[in-house]
Parts: sequence; C-alpha cells; structure tokens
Amino acid sequence: MNHKLLEVKNLTQYFGSPSNPIKAVDGISFHIFEGETLGLVGESGSGKSTTGRSIIGLYNMTDGEVIFKGKNVHKIKSKKEQKQLKREMQMIFQDPYASLNPRMTAGEIISEAFDIHGLYKNKKERQERIVSLLEAVGLNREHMTRYPHEFSGGQRQRIGIARALSLNPSFIIADEPISALDVSIQAQVVNLLKELQEERNLTYLFIAHDLSMVKYISDRIAVMYRGKIVELGDAEEIYHHPIHPYTKSLLSAVPLPDPILERKRKRIPYVQEETSDFASMHEPLPNHFVYGTDEQLNKWLKQAQL
Amino acid sequence: MKKPLLEVKNLKINFKTYAGLVQAVRGVEFTLYEGETLAIVGESGSGKSVTSNAIMKLIPEPPGIYADGQILFEGKDLIPLSDKEMSKIRGNDIAMIFQDPMTALNPTIRVGKQIMEVILKHKKVSKQEAKERAIELLRQVGIPMPEKRFNQYPHEFSGGMRQRVVIAIALAADPKLLIADEPTTALDVTIQAQILELLKEIQKERKTSIIFITHDLGVVANVADRVAVMYAGQIVEYGTVNDIFYNPKHPYTWGLLGSMPDLNNKSDEKLFAIPGSPPDLTNPPKGDAFAPRNKYALAIDFEKEPPMFKVSETHYAKTWLLHEYAPKIDIPEPIVRRMERYKKEAELSES
Ligand SMILES: Nc1ncnc2c1ncn2[C@@H]1O[C@H](COP(=O)(O)OP(=O)(O)OP(=O)(O)O)[C@@H](O)[C@H]1O
Ligand SMILES: Nc1ncnc2c1ncn2[C@@H]1O[C@H](COP(=O)(O)OP(=O)(O)OP(=O)(O)O)[C@@H](O)[C@H]1O
Ligand SMILES: [Mg+2]
Ligand SMILES: [Mg+2]
Repeated sequence: MNHKLLEVKNLTQYFGSPSNPIKAVDGISFHIFEGETLGLVGESGSGKSTTGRSIIGLYNMTDGEVIFKGKNVHKIKSKKEQKQLKREMQMIFQDPYASLNPRMTAGEIISEAFDIHGLYKNKKERQERIVSLLEAVGLNREHMTRYPHEFSGGQRQRIGIARALSLNPSFIIADEPISALDVSIQAQVVNLLKELQEERNLTYLFIAHDLSMVKYISDRIAVMYRGKIVELGDAEEIYHHPIHPYTKSLLSAVPLPDPILERKRKRIPYVQEETSDFASMHEPLPNHFVYGTDEQLNKWLKQAQL
Repeated sequence: MKKPLLEVKNLKINFKTYAGLVQAVRGVEFTLYEGETLAIVGESGSGKSVTSNAIMKLIPEPPGIYADGQILFEGKDLIPLSDKEMSKIRGNDIAMIFQDPMTALNPTIRVGKQIMEVILKHKKVSKQEAKERAIELLRQVGIPMPEKRFNQYPHEFSGGMRQRVVIAIALAADPKLLIADEPTTALDVTIQAQILELLKEIQKERKTSIIFITHDLGVVANVADRVAVMYAGQIVEYGTVNDIFYNPKHPYTWGLLGSMPDLNNKSDEKLFAIPGSPPDLTNPPKGDAFAPRNKYALAIDFEKEPPMFKVSETHYAKTWLLHEYAPKIDIPEPIVRRMERYKKEAELSES
C-alpha cells in the first residue's frame, strides 16, 4: 500500500455560463492509494457524480489535474495509452435506466467491451465468461437473453456492475452502485467488491448515500458539501469523531433498523455558516482534514472536545 | 373501527417474454387501512413494483396479464375498470411516486408548471392560488429558492432534486392513497429524513394511506405501521413493524435483517449475505420458493408450498418452520445481539 494510484489536484468543474457558473466541483484535492477504497458521501447535488465523471474524462475540466499511475490523464496523447487507460478505469453509473442500451440483451451488454477488444479465445469461453459475470452479481444464465426493460431496477444495476468488471480494470469508480439494490443483494455485491479487491488489488472510489455501507467498505471517507470536500479521514475516525457540523448532521440522519430507537432519535440539523475566502483545509489531527476558517475550526474542535 | 381503504386479493400478474411466461406476482394479498403506512420490503425482482403498478393499473397489456385476483379500492374492484374510468382515480384518489423520477417528469415543461397542472386538474382554485400552492410544495420538499426553481426545467436539477419534484407532484393532488416506490433511495440521508417527516405530517393531517416500498430497513423502522416482506412474487411474512423487527419468523426475513451492516460492523468481517440467486420466475420452484437458499429448509419445503401460519392476531408468516411439529429454531444470534444493543441505546437516550 501507500503507493498513490490516483491523485486529484484542485479539481474544478463548472457548468453553464462563465459569468454565472454552477460550481459543481470547486477545487478539491485528494489521493487514493493502490488497493484502497475511498468513500465519497455528501448531500444530493454536492458534486459527487461530477467528481467521478471528471476523473474518467467525461467532461473538459475547468481546472485541475488528474494523475493516474504517475501520468497526467489529460495530457496523454498516444491512442494506445488512451485505450489502455480506458480499460483500467471503469465507472459503474448511478442511473441503471439510462446507462443500459435498451436494444441489447444483458449478455450483449456485458460482453460488449470484451467483444470490442477481442478479448476471448472462442465462443465457448466467451459464453462462460458472461455466465460467470452474471453469477458473480447474483443473476443467472436465463437472464442472458433478456432485454433491460424485462428486469427490475436492482437487476439492471447488477448488469451495470457485471459490465464494469468485464475488462478486469484496476480502478473502479462506483457511483451509488448499490442504492437500487435490496440489502441482501447489497451485502452480496459489497462482499463481491471486497473479494475482487483482495484478489486483484483493485482500487475503488465508492460514491454512496448509505453511510453504514460506506463505512463498512471504505478505508477512508471524504464528505462533500456544495462542491467542496469539508472533511476527510479514516472511516472509523469520521464516524466516531466527526468535526465538521455537516458531517455530524449527516451521521445523525442515518436511519437505524430498529423501530423504537429510530422513532426516538434526534436529528441534528445543519445550518450553513457564512462562507469565507479565508476558509481552507486544516489537519487538526494526523490524517484527518477539515475545511473551514481558523475560528470555525477552533470552535468545532472545542465542541468535539478535542 | 378501522376502515379498509384498499384490499388486494389473490393478485396474480404474469408477463409474456421471449424466455417464457414470467410469474411476477403470485397471489399477493393485503389490506390497507385509512391513515396507515404499509411498507413493502423484499428482494430485488420479488414483485414490489409490479404489485404497486398493478394497483395503479399501469401494467402494460401485453406483455403483462392480470391473471387473477381483485384490487378493491373503497370496495370497488379496479381491475375491470376502463382506462378512462381509471384515469379519474389515478393522480386524484391514488397517486404514485415512481422509482425512476425521469419517467414521471416531462423534460420540456417547466417544473413549476408541471406541479400547477396537477393542482388545477384536481382542485377548484385560481391560477394564482395554484402557483402559490406549487411554490409552497417545492419548499416543503426541501428545494431551496423555490420561486426561482419554479421556472426551471427538469435537466437543470440534480438527481435528488428531481426526485423531490416528483414527490411534490404526487402530493399536489392530495390523494387518499399514496404509493411511494423507493421515493428516497436517490436522496441523501438528511433530505430523506426531511421527506419522511413531511410524509408523516401530511398523513396525520389528511389521513392519507401510504404504501412505502423500500430496501432500507432503517426507513421502514421509521415510517411503517405494518410491514409486508415479499419473496419471489409472494408475501412471505407480514405484521406490525414491531412484529417484524423484534419477532421475525421467516428465514428470508432473518436474512434481510442480518445483511444490514451497522456502524459497529468491523470492516474485516464479511457481511452476512443470503447465498444463491433469486429463483427464475418463468419456472418457480416447487414447494417453498426460498428453500434452495434456506439453510433451515426442511424436507417438506422442497415438496409442498407452506400456507400462511398465524403467529398472532397481527402477525403471519409463510414457512413450514411454524408448523407445530417442525423443529424449533431461534432467531439467528447476530440479529438478537443487535436488537439488544439497540435496546440499550434507546434506554440510554431516554435518560
Ligand atoms: N451536465 C450538467 N449541466 C449543468 N449542471 C449540472 C450538470 N451536471 C451536474 N450539474 C449540477 O452540478 C451540481 C452537482 O451535481 P452532481 O450530479 O455531481 O451531484 P451529486 O452529488 O452526484 O448529487 P446526487 O446525490 O443527487 O446524485 C448540481 O447542482 C447539478 O444541478
Ligand atoms: N415488462 C416486463 N416484462 C417481463 N418481465 C418483467 C417486466 N416487468 C417486470 N418483470 C419481472 O417481474 C419481476 C418483478 O419485478 P419488479 O419490478 O416488481 O421487482 P421489484 O421487487 O420492484 O425489484 P426492485 O427492488 O429491483 O425494484 C422481475 O423478475 C422482473 O424481471
Ligand atoms: Mg450523483
Ligand atoms: Mg422496483
């Protein structure tokens, strides 16, 4: 470990008119070690999907750098290297409806990538690979000839996961890969992602709303709010010793599977404080980063009794 | 006396497909009372959405077939109704929040106008009043600056914001029955908490009945009065929220409860996952559909489908384990441990 697979520096992604832009991602920096899972959580609209999409190059970045295996992704010129990069970085998309071609069967969707790359020996091997990918995500052989509209929401999401795994990538950006799945399949998929990670030394950027699952799968967690990372640190640390008030609010809102406790719990509302040009990333504890002004940090640390 | 608003009886829905006849819903039965929330949980592909779409009469025919059963809404069967009769009920008496928000929004019409149209269709109010009400609804579902957002198009909203617009549209008609299919799955937990509060408030005020489909057992614990657990097109257990969380009887329900991680799971231990794949509904297994994945399965499970056994006045489960001669099997240890831990936490928060 401790070898940085991905480094993101000052990633900035604006949309709309330059004079009055939507600042979807507003200058964020982080790295992901090889073999690690970084969880990305935050409110709806905070820029999580945009971050993932910018990293795999779906947008022209407004500013910043993405460095993968020591190479600046947006400066790679050779076609061969670009193709290689495309294989190595895969994304599982948030919206299982929009991301599957309605005119292709599940089998065709899953095999499309290795068909294009010619990555199989013969028909039989190709067939076996499709079936093993289907089974890996909790579907079966019979599903191979079905079209997307003949699947339930969760089943469609699993086809997307099987497709992402089909080229044996080294880095996977999973944008809410399990939100549409029921808990037992979620557990299967999360166990599967972890197994694959161990076997193949995969690295994940895992975007999700479900904080209990994120904590379980992630080594470190980054919390986003309005285009900025407001807190970043070890998963256990973020859970047990959150410092930023937004993180605290988020944690208090996680629903717990117990009717009596759940109906008693108090949510902590988050009121955004004045933003200031003086706000910056601080490291109040080793490897635990918090975004704010000096005064805010002092106040929050006192509240957290640190 | 509680009044039933909706009674679903022996509902069977099939789909003709290239691979054969898919038996998506296989004899679903439940009653929903006025002002009550019923949560439907269950495996992906178990027939939750098909059941709720059937109540709205939104199953496309073909390939769908209403093979059997009745859907009694205020005592009247909806299945034989014509499209025209049904469209009077839809959106007015029964509204639905869809799992996929984009199918419910028109991309070419401004968001505010889409909400206003529903209000004007169902309520005798002036345009100005409808507009005020629409803005108020946007505010209630947590859209910041609703006056400004009123004039925007759906693509200018993030995934979670679109979902909130869909919720606002469903509420605009002031329905007697609200069917919410994974309404909060796309939302972050803070917005989710806010929406759940809003639904509960509206329910209190107007006695709305709600069917809430979700994968999230935390959400179920928060909103449900009663819970139905579905597996392979059937309801396999139902009871009050306390029955299901504190005295679950069906091994599939145990599996569901056991697969939730909580903040205390160590990340080096594996999550419990129900082994195997869901059954092929073109050819449902003989006996208990869950048997091949059930480590507590008895010989009879592979032969004969179990009936609904009565656990109490409020609680039923479809498993041979409840037969008087079946071996007694306790709720799995990890679930019991978690219940106890939560109980302590609840007591602590008391003091
Ligand atoms: N193609 C686009 N054009 C214009 N604005 C966009 C575009 N994509 C995203 N945005 C805006 O950028 C912001 C961030 O969106 P993004 O989809 O990254 O959020 P998110 O954190 O993934 O939210 P969610 O949890 O709801 O998926 C939002 O305000 C959104 O409206
Ligand atoms: N139009 C269709 N044609 C063929 N099969 C269908 C069709 N619609 C649904 N099905 C099948 O019916 C079954 C039930 O699907 P349904 O959408 O109700 O599942 P669900 O319980 O809502 O799952 P999820 O939690 O994933 O949304 C699935 O096996 C699905 O493949
Ligand atoms: Mg997103
Ligand atoms: Mg569904």
